[in-house]
Amino acid sequence: MTPTRRDFVALLLGAPLAYACRGGGGDRGRTPPSALLDTGMTRGHTAVRDAATPPVVTAWRQARVVVIGAGIAGLTAAWELRRQGVTDVVVLELCDVAGGTARGGATDVTAYPWGAHYVVAPQPAQTDMIALLGEMGAIEGHDATGALIIDEALRCREPEERVFYRGRWYEGLYLDAGSTAEDRRQLAGFKREIDQWAAWHDASGARAFAIPTRASSPAPEVRALDQVSFAAWLDARKLTSERLRWLADYACRDDYGLLAADTSAWAGLFYFAARQRAAGAAPQSVVTWPDGNHALVRHLATGAAIETGVAVHDVREVAGGVEVVATGPQGPLGIRAAAAVVAVPGFVADRIVESRRGGPPAPKGDYGAWCVANVHLRDRPRERSRGSAPPAWDNVFRDSPSLGYVSATHQAGRDRGATVWTWYYPFPGDAAATRKQLAGAGAAEWTEVVMTDLERAHPGVRALVEHVEIAFWGHGMIRPRVGAVWGRRPPDLDTAARVQIAHTDRSSLALFEEAFDHGLAAARAIVGQLA
Amino acid sequence: MIRAGALYLNVFVVAICGLVYELLAGTLGSYLLGDSVTQFSLVIGLYLSAMGVGAWLSRRLDDTDLARRFLDVELAVAVVGGASAPVLFVCYGSVVHFQLVLLGFVGAIGILVGLELPLLMRLLEGQMTFKDLVSRVLTFDYIGALAAAIMFPLVLVPKLGLVRSSLAMGSANAVVALWGTWLLAPKLSAKGVLAVRIRAALVLAGMVVALVMADRFTSWAEDEMYADPIVFSDNTPYQRIVVTRGRAGFQLFLNGNLQFASADEYRYHEALVHPVMMAADAPPKKVLVLGGGDGLALREILEHPSVEQVTLVDLDPAMTGLSKRFPALAELNHHSFADPRVTVVNDDAMVWVADHPALWDAIVVDFPDPNTFALGKLYTKLFYKRVLARLAPGGAMVVQATSPLFARKSYWCIQDTIAAAGFSVHPYQVTVPSFGVWGYALAKRAPFTPPTHVPKLPLRYLNDDALVAMFQMPADMTHVDVEVNQLDNQALVRYYEREWRRWE
Ligand SMILES: Cc1cc2nc3c(=O)[nH]c(=O)nc-3n(C[C@H](O)[C@H](O)[C@H](O)COP(=O)(O)OP(=O)(O)OC[C@H]3O[C@@H](n4cnc5c(N)ncnc54)[C@H](O)[C@@H]3O)c2cc1C
Repeated sequence: MTPTRRDFVALLLGAPLAYACRGGGGDRGRTPPSALLDTGMTRGHTAVRDAATPPVVTAWRQARVVVIGAGIAGLTAAWELRRQGVTDVVVLELCDVAGGTARGGATDVTAYPWGAHYVVAPQPAQTDMIALLGEMGAIEGHDATGALIIDEALRCREPEERVFYRGRWYEGLYLDAGSTAEDRRQLAGFKREIDQWAAWHDASGARAFAIPTRASSPAPEVRALDQVSFAAWLDARKLTSERLRWLADYACRDDYGLLAADTSAWAGLFYFAARQRAAGAAPQSVVTWPDGNHALVRHLATGAAIETGVAVHDVREVAGGVEVVATGPQGPLGIRAAAAVVAVPGFVADRIVESRRGGPPAPKGDYGAWCVANVHLRDRPRERSRGSAPPAWDNVFRDSPSLGYVSATHQAGRDRGATVWTWYYPFPGDAAATRKQLAGAGAAEWTEVVMTDLERAHPGVRALVEHVEIAFWGHGMIRPRVGAVWGRRPPDLDTAARVQIAHTDRSSLALFEEAFDHGLAAARAIVGQLA
Repeated sequence: MIRAGALYLNVFVVAICGLVYELLAGTLGSYLLGDSVTQFSLVIGLYLSAMGVGAWLSRRLDDTDLARRFLDVELAVAVVGGASAPVLFVCYGSVVHFQLVLLGFVGAIGILVGLELPLLMRLLEGQMTFKDLVSRVLTFDYIGALAAAIMFPLVLVPKLGLVRSSLAMGSANAVVALWGTWLLAPKLSAKGVLAVRIRAALVLAGMVVALVMADRFTSWAEDEMYADPIVFSDNTPYQRIVVTRGRAGFQLFLNGNLQFASADEYRYHEALVHPVMMAADAPPKKVLVLGGGDGLALREILEHPSVEQVTLVDLDPAMTGLSKRFPALAELNHHSFADPRVTVVNDDAMVWVADHPALWDAIVVDFPDPNTFALGKLYTKLFYKRVLARLAPGGAMVVQATSPLFARKSYWCIQDTIAAAGFSVHPYQVTVPSFGVWGYALAKRAPFTPPTHVPKLPLRYLNDDALVAMFQMPADMTHVDVEVNQLDNQALVRYYEREWRRWE
């Protein structure tokens, strides 16, 4: 039996909401028109996973370097190769557009993201990141201490967040209203712990939690944090305040798609401590664009030779270089090049890179599924004017398994009229089981979930929705479960290898800065070989 | 037998209501369309003649079921009259032929009221001599008119406002109709009584619900807030616009904050516009106004003969529309929106300035005070940087900067933020009785000396001495250390909220 919309709402938001919802036969209001975005999953499954034999290539093309995957890692590799003067670089991408999980879209109203939304303002050691932002004109100058100042237009506009709780919005993520002295004491205690880790350095000067993670200290006491869950770490410090634990869970769900009980304490602390320059310092600004990290994709892709709709099946080292076999829109495709960067998720790399197919099975990454909805509104719902916080960039529902929504027009300062809300729903459970549970759900079922969730805080919103687009990221992001960050760390790059692997997966954390770092490292290794 | 005495009371109430509807229509017409002599003449003339039509039509109703007909007419007066002011308020924003709708109401009410008296007299016909009947009915009718004429200006408008007065009268009409079902019971069939009672109860309930919902127009709390009666109000998607009118002229409020009072706005607007026009290297030809939807800054700008083109960017079409069409406002702004040099754009200034690369010789930034985050962004360094990019090399900008006395940190935060965006800034202030001490920032690309001469125009406030004095800051308004207002800190909104809370 196929699930009804109401069953689906019950599954994703809990039974009470399902009974309030307009599911089943559509009894109280329409479900807005909706469509599903092609995230490449189906194409990947049919063209690569389930293909019986690789296509037969008759005519080989030549290129200097082939980059496989036009996500952040692949685009960064191509960008770095360009900057280093390597020409004739071809980027092959499975989907019809570049960007991977940092894709974006646009209408006449605004641009909006499909996945990744922000980066953290770089600290002085992140010289490559600073160079990239500088190239984009995103740096305003330096302050008296020499610290970088990001363009005001890109620093997330206040109010950055608000949280909906029992009929009202409250400023910020941490619910101050109604907190007890004990709640506040624990929050201060937690901040002290973070301050201490933000200031921590090992003998060689490496920070405990650095961005990118490769620069983090491998000291045993830091690595030990990877062996316990964030929840257990908090328990051990008697940090059990419901408000604080909600924040910890929210942080893990938001950045990793996991609950604190499953997240490595190393990753949990990384979220808070890495973005703080020093003890007591305010966190580095959140840097964002209307279309989120897709703005970075657009910049990195400028000047790159990207071929879209190309499914790569095989990447192998041959004498003097590499061979790449793929299926493009016009049929089989073969490229011979001096080197290749494989910038696809680990589970794809395991299938398409010849050397990885034969070898001992690499430790499997754990992937979380995500649903992202872009809700196109012709106008905004009325807000309560008194006793409730005004609209923010990130609008979170405290009692929902969703993460709430981000308003695409907030950063540009368009506070009225049409807009797009990007709604996020992480599945903290097992990804394969989740995919099975969700089988049969189409755009309309998803849309009913999105509407029911938004109606918690905006009862009349349905009437304002023009249409809803849904993206289901089945293997959305790699997750830092307990033991994953240090336990799954791949060996250092073999800079002599003709086939370089670059993807955020290598860090067991899905972050722009990680994908960027791996893209740069792969490109630099190849530049070294070509020299 | 019918109890005639009680029916006279009925006549009395009907008379009051009838005249109140007439006065409401006249008042609304003159507030909203201007020219009160014409409006009142038209309304009174039409009303009286419509009553004549009603009286004449009464002949056509035969004697069967007369009592029920009388009560239905009374209910119709309740519905049409009670709804008149709220409907007219709503129409004003959306109907082109407001005048026709207004006169339509007056005509309809007149006809119905005109029907009432003859019907009543016929009902009472057999009960007394004709001599007595005419004299008593007309006496109560005229006394009712007197009572209405006294109540309207003294009680109804000041205490209830126009919309609630109209609904209250509608309710009174419905109450007497309901009461009439008992008085006239002997003349009604049993079934008829019930039907009329149900109708009357429904009308009464409708009026009472509307009275409660009248908060959509003006809330009780809000009425308390304004010293003078509200003559116009509108909830636009962007803000709440309220116009009040008192002895000293009228006032415009946006979201409860006074924007100007017609009695002294010349001080504010002369001080806002003329210094920036004189500070530009050459007499400005192209002028940009950001905010300023009331058109009063426009009025001052258009006085300058050098001006060839003015673009005004204001978020709210309802505000610029009101300034164009609301007679009192249009007169005050000298019909500046009709000037061919003026172009109006309804958009968010933050976005518009970023998207439109033209250069301007003078830029007047006149936004409401930064009391929300949505307004606060229009006072950020980023915003001023965008404005700077649109300023011609020798051009000048002025910014309304809240009160340096009541909100000293906010005032200096605005000054420092403009400077941080790369402008050279001179703060100045003026006293506007209805606001208190008010502040501005005059800014150019390069360091400059503020102007010392006023333009040769017929000005009421500014002369050379006043101009020079404005740029002196008294000791209790001098600089204080503040943060620069930026998009990601919105420091100004927080200063402003704290500072004004002290004065509330
Ligand atoms: C919902 C969501 C929200 C996120 N939010 C943030 C955020 O706010 N900030 C942040 O820093 N990070 C965020 N992330 C993490 C994000 O994944 C990383 O920041 C980064 O974009 C990863 O880039 P990548 O290049 O490593 O991988 P991917 O984005 O996975 O790119 C891989 C590319 O390879 C292509 N490909 C796959 N197989 C083949 C094949 N066989 N042949 C050819 N091409 C192939 C894919 O189509 C894809 O374009 C988010 C992720 C998700 C899913």
